[in-house]
Amino acid sequence: MAQRQSFQIGTGLFIVLGFAALGYLATQTTSLANYRQGDSYAVKARFTNIGQLKLRAPVKVAGVRVGSVSDIKLESDKLDALVTLSIDQSYNKIPDDSAASIFTSGLLGDQYVSLNPGGSPDMLKNGDEVVLTQSSMQLEELIGKYLVGQGDAGKPGEKKPDAAQPNDKK
Amino acid sequence: MNSVRAPLSPFTAGLAQVGACGIFLLQILRALPRSLRYLRETVRQVFFVGAMSLVIIMTCGLFVGMVLGLQLYHTLSIFGGTAALGTVVALSLYRELGPVVTALLFAGRAGTSITAEIGLMRATDQLDAMEMMAVDPLAYVVAPRFLAGIIAMPLLACTFNALGILGAHLVGVSWLGLDNGTFWSNMTANVDVWEDVINGVWKSAAFGAVCTLIATFQGYTTPPTSEGVAYATTRTVVFSSIATLAIDFVMTAFLM
Repeated sequence: MAQRQSFQIGTGLFIVLGFAALGYLATQTTSLANYRQGDSYAVKARFTNIGQLKLRAPVKVAGVRVGSVSDIKLESDKLDALVTLSIDQSYNKIPDDSAASIFTSGLLGDQYVSLNPGGSPDMLKNGDEVVLTQSSMQLEELIGKYLVGQGDAGKPGEKKPDAAQPNDKK
Repeated sequence: MNSVRAPLSPFTAGLAQVGACGIFLLQILRALPRSLRYLRETVRQVFFVGAMSLVIIMTCGLFVGMVLGLQLYHTLSIFGGTAALGTVVALSLYRELGPVVTALLFAGRAGTSITAEIGLMRATDQLDAMEMMAVDPLAYVVAPRFLAGIIAMPLLACTFNALGILGAHLVGVSWLGLDNGTFWSNMTANVDVWEDVINGVWKSAAFGAVCTLIATFQGYTTPPTSEGVAYATTRTVVFSSIATLAIDFVMTAFLM
């Protein structure tokens, strides 16, 4: 009987430990960990281009996470992207003339919304809209502009002198 | 069974083995309702194949996590992406390494003991004695071990994963000086519960079923000699490992 008791205790321990590990993995190491229990308030922001911004992307002030992107949709009349930012209630001292920009964390990281605080005495409230926005930087556009810009300058390549000749003929 | 036959070619013999294993699986499934009477036996088997494997699983999980942390840190630092260490470790553990390495360890630790135990029961005619006493060995011996494998494997894999994450944290954050917040926030931003954690649980449950099926089949059909039991134990490890990796590929292709 004592032996049966001991293996039952061992089995119970094993099962509890296994499920505890599963619970730990599921709640602490996945996106579930980002769901805050605390209250939050929603602020809207319009962007002409949101790039790769995804739902649940972080919203940061001075690099510190204060909330997340809770909704992204296209406004059918203006063809702007309407992004809803849900910001933790404990961060309710953000001026209402703050600017929202979409940045990339690192060179190839995920995109996030950064709020740059303004100087207004009024604070952002639930349902407010952030008017000053800056769309995401499109790497392709920048490269495209750079290449086109170089072509317009007609700068002859040093290593390929013959490549410049067709330009000269024009 | 004992009639004299012309020796089969290796290919046909292998095919016959696969067929016999499939039929054995159907027999186990048919015996499952009857085995519910022996619930205590199932609990005992969960203890033997699960709880007793915990030490090896936890130790290996810790070391695999530490090695992953070390290797990936140096590779990622080439690209300046050490911030992604937590994500990469978590994803590779949850999706592949956790279930697969646990299954391989399980085949070596628990599968062999199942085969040897049932094989010895076969060799010493205990299985026939049970049938004589109107106890179905499939329901009393095989099905509880099969169930225990399916129950124990996902729990073992989760423990392995959790220890792996801690190992990677130990190396990445405590030793190599990665920022603690970066490690966790990158992981929580990119790891999904259903896509990654639960997928791994499905995988390891399938591996548990396959490993214990092979182990019980090899033990149940072993030639009743000491040499036969030895071969059956070897085959359990070999076939379990091959089956685990092959099924891993198929499941990855479907679950992705």
